[in-house]
Amino acid sequence: MTELLLQTAVNAVYAASYTALVAVGLVLIFGVMGIVNFAHGELYMLGAYCVVAVYAKGEMPFVFAAVAGVAAVALVGAGMERGLFRPLRGNPLGGLVASIGFLLILQAAVSIVFGVRPQHIPPLTKTVIPLGEVTVPLQRLIVIVAAAVLLSALWWFLRRTRTGWALRACAQDPEAAALQGISLNKAARLAMAAGAGLAGAAGVLAAPLIPPAPLMGHPVIVAAFVVIIVGGVGNLEGAAIAAVLYAFVHTFTTTFADGVIADITVLTLMLAVLIMRPTGIFGSQERA
Amino acid sequence: MHSRAQKRLAAAAAVCALLALPHALTFSQKEIAVFLVINVLVVVSYRFLTLVGEWSLGHVVMTGAGAYASALLSKRLGVPVPLAMPLAACAAAAIAYLLSFPLLRMKGFYFLIGSFAAGEIMRLLWKRFHNPFGGPKGIKNIPEFPGIDIGFVSVDFFEPENYYYLCLAIVAASLWIMRRLEHSPLGLTFHAVHWRDLTAQSVGVNVRRCRTVAFVAASFFAGLSGALLAHYVGAISPNRFGIDEMVFVLAWVVAGGTATIYGPIAGVVALTAINEVVLRELGFEQARPLFYGAALIASVLFLPRGLETFAPRITALFRR
Repeated sequence: MTELLLQTAVNAVYAASYTALVAVGLVLIFGVMGIVNFAHGELYMLGAYCVVAVYAKGEMPFVFAAVAGVAAVALVGAGMERGLFRPLRGNPLGGLVASIGFLLILQAAVSIVFGVRPQHIPPLTKTVIPLGEVTVPLQRLIVIVAAAVLLSALWWFLRRTRTGWALRACAQDPEAAALQGISLNKAARLAMAAGAGLAGAAGVLAAPLIPPAPLMGHPVIVAAFVVIIVGGVGNLEGAAIAAVLYAFVHTFTTTFADGVIADITVLTLMLAVLIMRPTGIFGSQERA
Repeated sequence: MHSRAQKRLAAAAAVCALLALPHALTFSQKEIAVFLVINVLVVVSYRFLTLVGEWSLGHVVMTGAGAYASALLSKRLGVPVPLAMPLAACAAAAIAYLLSFPLLRMKGFYFLIGSFAAGEIMRLLWKRFHNPFGGPKGIKNIPEFPGIDIGFVSVDFFEPENYYYLCLAIVAASLWIMRRLEHSPLGLTFHAVHWRDLTAQSVGVNVRRCRTVAFVAASFFAGLSGALLAHYVGAISPNRFGIDEMVFVLAWVVAGGTATIYGPIAGVVALTAINEVVLRELGFEQARPLFYGAALIASVLFLPRGLETFAPRITALFRR
């Protein structure tokens, strides 16, 4: 029994790591631009398909695929900012609707190019590391470590660099930030590229373990919404903590009940937070 | 279209066209026409909620609630279908009333997400519980609308043509009721609640009650549309009422615009026509999401108030 509990906990940490990457990116975009990017799950999906194209089909090293995936998705994100969100600034509903439209386009484009079937990706390594009573596949450990590194890098960037400060200034008060000579367009582009890049990184990391399929972004975006609501909309640290909370609740309920019950549980949790504490468990009014 | 006579003439022409429509269509096109009429009720009821300024992501699940209620009432409890349909609409309205207590505490983005969560929970419950909801496969062999057979007249509602007329009558009546509601003093207050809720509150408008009425009424008609759908297709499943379907409804409403009742109707008719005629005939069925995605983006970028903004421009052309 303890073995099962420990094994489930390890699986939860793994799920938490890529959920956190997606959710933190979503929070960053919302914080700086005030737009809810519904296509975020599809950016994650796009990252996974970069691995399909470069690593599985192109037979190049995984590291190339990872770099290409993150860069390509970040570029798509910057393009979305320029083409969709910039013309719709000051119209949050419009931005949201446009991102829903973009989501449909990405899904359709990927199913036309790659087909709707889940893609097989050869495992990176089959090494399994025994950790006391439980075993951790090295592959999952890589995902956990990479996510932790990326999130720490983002935290350092936002708290310790001038550009990071500028981004946070835009999140707190766009007008005041503009008066200080910070370009809102540049900040938005950077936030969008970074947020999309994080989603792409999550997709790249998840690809060897979750067979990429055109609709794979759907459960992830639902998870990300639960996480940002529970963690407090616009709160980066809250999102990271909530991602861990979400992953533990979801993984344990899936293991001990079933997947549908787990979905119902986390959605109920989110609804409860929305009703009782609309700013989230860790929330304050401040953004990013 | 200014004088009363001209308006009446236009309305009469529209009615004649709608009545004559099935005779000009093939069998499969008639089926599409039935779905189109049902979807008109879905989008117009969706617009009814947007009158108070809220955008829901749970509306399609409300149509599902009507569909499940009507199917269960008629199949399990043996309630006659013509009675089960309004009862199902009432069931959807009752569910909406219960949900209004948590959901209407929220506004804007929070309401959007909250309505998604509530709807998804309900849909997952249908998926999870085989008794009575039938699990992921849903409910099959739903009784059809009973035919009318009085000697010399016999009408079989299994025929798409006849079901089209039945839907047309029910939907027309529903649209008329929603229109009357919108133009009643209560409906006019909805605008105040939408644009100036604090001001409205300060002059004694019960904002919460207005929002509840809009949500419950919208869900009532959504439930009715679901019941119409269930007894026509004969089988429903949780996946039919998922977020994918909701995105299509959103596309119809956004493309059409929400300022008048004609906007969503124009949106659903135009996008369905393009989808069915162009994409299906040319064999691009799998490009459907691509087309709807492009339609959503194009409408928010270039046509922010929807297709309905064309109507005054076109009438202006004719007036010259």
